[in-house]
Amino acid sequence: MEMLLASAIGGLSAAGIYLMLRLRSFPVIIGISLLSYAVNLFLFATGRLVVNAPPVLRKGVETYSDPLPQALVLTAIVISFGMTAVIVIMALGSYLSSRSDTVNITADTPAEQEGEA
Amino acid sequence: MDETGGTTHMDTAGGFLPIIAALPFFGALFPGLMIQAGRNTCAAFTAAPTILALVLLLLCAPAVMHGEVLQFQLPWLPKLGLNVNFMLDGLGLLFAGLILGIGLLIILYARFYLSREDPMGQFYTYLLLFQGAMVGIVLSDNILLLLVFWELTSLSSFLLIGYWKHLPEGRQGARMALTVTGTGGLAMIAGMLILGNIAGSYDLSVILTQKEAIQADPMYLPALLLILAGCFTKSAQFPFHFWLPHAMAAPTPVSAYLHSATMVKAGLFLMARMWPVLAGTPEWFYIVATTGLITMLIGAKIALFKDDLKALLAFSTVSHLGLITMLLGFGTKMAAVAAVFHIINHATFKAALFMSAGIVDHETHTRDIKRLGGLRHLMPITFVIVTFAALSMAGIPLLNGFLSKEMMLEEAAHTVWQGNQWIVPTLATLGALFSVAYSFRYIVHVFWGPVRDDYPSKPHDPGFGMWAAPAFLVVLVVAIGVAPFLAEPLVRASAGAVIGGALPEFHLKIWHGVTPALFLSAAAVLGGAILLALHAPLMRHWLATPRPEAKTMFDGLTRAATRASRAFTNGVHNGALTRNGATFTVTVLAAGWLAWAGGETLPATREMLPITALPAIGWLLLIVATVGLVAFHRNRFLALMLMGIVGLIVSLGFVYFSAPDLALTQISVEVVTIILLLLALNFIPRTTPVESSPARRMRDAAIAIAGGVAVTGLTYAILISDFAFESISAFHLANSYKGGGGTNVVNVILVDFRGFDTYGEIIVLGIAALVIFALTDTVLKGRGGRWLANWDQDKYRAAGDRHPLMMVVATRVMMPIALMVGAFIFLRGHNEPGGGFIAGLIVAIAFLMQYMASGFAWAESRQRVTYHATIGVGVLIASLTGLGAWLAGKPFLTSAYGYIHLPPIEEFEWATAMAFDTGVFLTVVGAVMLALNSLSSMARRTGETVNIFPMDINPARADADGTDEGGK
Repeated sequence: MEMLLASAIGGLSAAGIYLMLRLRSFPVIIGISLLSYAVNLFLFATGRLVVNAPPVLRKGVETYSDPLPQALVLTAIVISFGMTAVIVIMALGSYLSSRSDTVNITADTPAEQEGEA
Repeated sequence: MDETGGTTHMDTAGGFLPIIAALPFFGALFPGLMIQAGRNTCAAFTAAPTILALVLLLLCAPAVMHGEVLQFQLPWLPKLGLNVNFMLDGLGLLFAGLILGIGLLIILYARFYLSREDPMGQFYTYLLLFQGAMVGIVLSDNILLLLVFWELTSLSSFLLIGYWKHLPEGRQGARMALTVTGTGGLAMIAGMLILGNIAGSYDLSVILTQKEAIQADPMYLPALLLILAGCFTKSAQFPFHFWLPHAMAAPTPVSAYLHSATMVKAGLFLMARMWPVLAGTPEWFYIVATTGLITMLIGAKIALFKDDLKALLAFSTVSHLGLITMLLGFGTKMAAVAAVFHIINHATFKAALFMSAGIVDHETHTRDIKRLGGLRHLMPITFVIVTFAALSMAGIPLLNGFLSKEMMLEEAAHTVWQGNQWIVPTLATLGALFSVAYSFRYIVHVFWGPVRDDYPSKPHDPGFGMWAAPAFLVVLVVAIGVAPFLAEPLVRASAGAVIGGALPEFHLKIWHGVTPALFLSAAAVLGGAILLALHAPLMRHWLATPRPEAKTMFDGLTRAATRASRAFTNGVHNGALTRNGATFTVTVLAAGWLAWAGGETLPATREMLPITALPAIGWLLLIVATVGLVAFHRNRFLALMLMGIVGLIVSLGFVYFSAPDLALTQISVEVVTIILLLLALNFIPRTTPVESSPARRMRDAAIAIAGGVAVTGLTYAILISDFAFESISAFHLANSYKGGGGTNVVNVILVDFRGFDTYGEIIVLGIAALVIFALTDTVLKGRGGRWLANWDQDKYRAAGDRHPLMMVVATRVMMPIALMVGAFIFLRGHNEPGGGFIAGLIVAIAFLMQYMASGFAWAESRQRVTYHATIGVGVLIASLTGLGAWLAGKPFLTSAYGYIHLPPIEEFEWATAMAFDTGVFLTVVGAVMLALNSLSSMARRTGETVNIFPMDINPARADADGTDEGGK
């Protein structure tokens, strides 16, 4: 089971890195989102894997999964949403203002070609 | 002097030391302000802290002269060995006296030297900063503290040398001085750290007692070389001497200060300071004495052929610094005495000479010796000052320069270099000979000869204010020269501090009898005079021979370094996000590889969970979705759908691995994120074009796969082994109910144990939402907004109703249920999976459904509270809950809880954490809604109308015509 999770995290990271290196803003956003999944899962995994032992106290139950990484990851998920929202708006704003959704600003960016609408 | 209280080993006088060091820095605050009150006031306010520091120093002087060492100790970062420790011994007293005393004269001189156009407030501020840094160096007992002051002198001298910002020479000279001395300073930091490491302490008073240990250590030579690199660059020793003449672009008061008594003497000071532990070895002798000797010769020779008065003085300074370095390098006690004595003498005559060069420049408007001559009748006072000072520099009897030069020649005469007993005395005499020649030239070519009629300006003596300072120094020159016993106590005290032991038997006197030094001295004077007589033909020869030009080499070197660093920087970081991303990823991977290769793989200590069918299916789905995402990412809608699958599997994974809270959060965030991206897709292209080359894609794939493999390996390595140390999670499990009053440990951690983190996080979330709002606003006001206003509605309009009947009705029905679920999740959060974060997301989704069905504007116009206010109220509630703990006398965010039993209902719990969670809830709702609202405001700009009715077709509406009323 550990190998499954590890390889899933690895796969998400690889896809995230690949998409992050694309030239348009939308795949970059998707890539960063995938990396967020990977990072959140990774942080969660540092608490080690336990099945059927949620960290909700019950009488007579002794085994619980590690609550600390869970609490940290919970806020991380919400914060990654905030971050994703900000970069989506940045990408959108940049596209609307320059009519180009390339992420690299170089001399030969097709920006401004169409001039002002 | 409160700060002296509580520290040990110190008397009252020791408490003056930090004040002496701090006064110039404190004083530096005033000139910039006081210049408003006039130049005299400004100068007075600069002089005041200097005088005060000097007075305090003089109060300390009697004790030091009796051989006491005053100390002040204040731990600053004791773990690092960095303490604010000051000490004052004879050497420190001598240097601090020179720095403050000559500083005072320079302040007076500069008042009259600077013209009205020069910003005097700035000048005095820089001067005091520099003075403070110098005083700090000579008073420091801790070498780390000393290094701080050392770097400060490099920085403040940069400001002083570049004071005339409009002159390119000034800027270049300042940059060169900073580069050379700063680089040396860096080397010295390394050397000092090694030294401190050997000695086991960074306090000079400890290091100075460890001579044997330090010299026997294998790291002695590296430490010595690094420290000397710092000293040689600062003191302009060959081959680093080239920066000093270029620093002459500074105003003359700066040159007079930096190059007579302070900056360049810092290197000498440090060599003298370290003399007891570093000197006496063959390495020290051959490196220091040889460098000094070469510098003395080269400097003296070049000085003879310089036509610029200040350049002449600059190279003579280089030469004299070489002389002192050589004396320190000899390593004998008597040579150290001579070195200390010459430091005093050089400071007096050289400062006077620089100031008089400034007077000549100021009055005649030129410093070119070829255009001067015959000034003795026109400027008699200056002539007298220059004559005495220059003759002292030449080493003529009855002036102080003679005494120390005799001692130098005497020591040189006894020095054997590589078995050769002639080479050092011969070369030293040659240096002295050149020194005589350029000193005579200063007098003869500038002041003697016929009066000319082509001076750029009519010369005459300046006012008293300007010649008072050099005149005072010349009085000292003569006084010490005639009555050397006046200086003897100071020389004894400071030489004693340098040697760190018993002084050799000596007396400073004019007549030592017929000694070898006397013959050498006479030869030097005679030869110097002959050399000057032959100056014209020699000069022609000098000009005809090609010489290496240090500035060209330096510029070439810095240009090459700049090019190389620019090429490197642009190579890895050219402003393109993709390249940054690739560089970053590769760097992280390389660092990870290094760490991996340096360690060892631990054996598996955990039992693996068996692979069952359900997770295997989930894994397969995730991998297929991920691969599909990469393969089909150009179709953006498809990519979003696949991302939704990934998010769903991740949520299910959280459920499976016993993290219900995470699963709930993940799935609600997933919904909101997908909606957000869908909204954004309205405005950006629906597909991604193929742009990058196959090679580029292969490269990225290689990086990505390497990253994926690395992450897999790292995760697996973590998962198969147990915690290396005991985790703190057990504490949270044990105290969740007892301390936090909740059984859902994750929620208790969020709102209680780590409440402060959560508090920060909701604030960040609120800020992110406000950033989104502001960004949208900016975009809409700019070009993007105008473009949106011309948006072609029909081009992108898909078939179908905007506000379909079925959806509106369904969401209406769902709304109360969704809100109920939200409330339920919120309320049970403390004991069961749930809580403010999740409830906030669920309620936000409930609102979103209304917005999707009936349009954002329609829904929003039915809402009474703005989202900004929701965020604000949320943060405020969280803050107030935290502050409430103060009322109970507990730290911020300490929670309390209890149980209430109302008869018909079951017993239920109250906890202040609940109020905190309400704050979290409101912030999350507000932030999510504000973000989506911002996006929808873009849609409204395209001319999308606000519908009056909630749905397009309403059977209940009599006049239903199937369109929005505000219609197209």
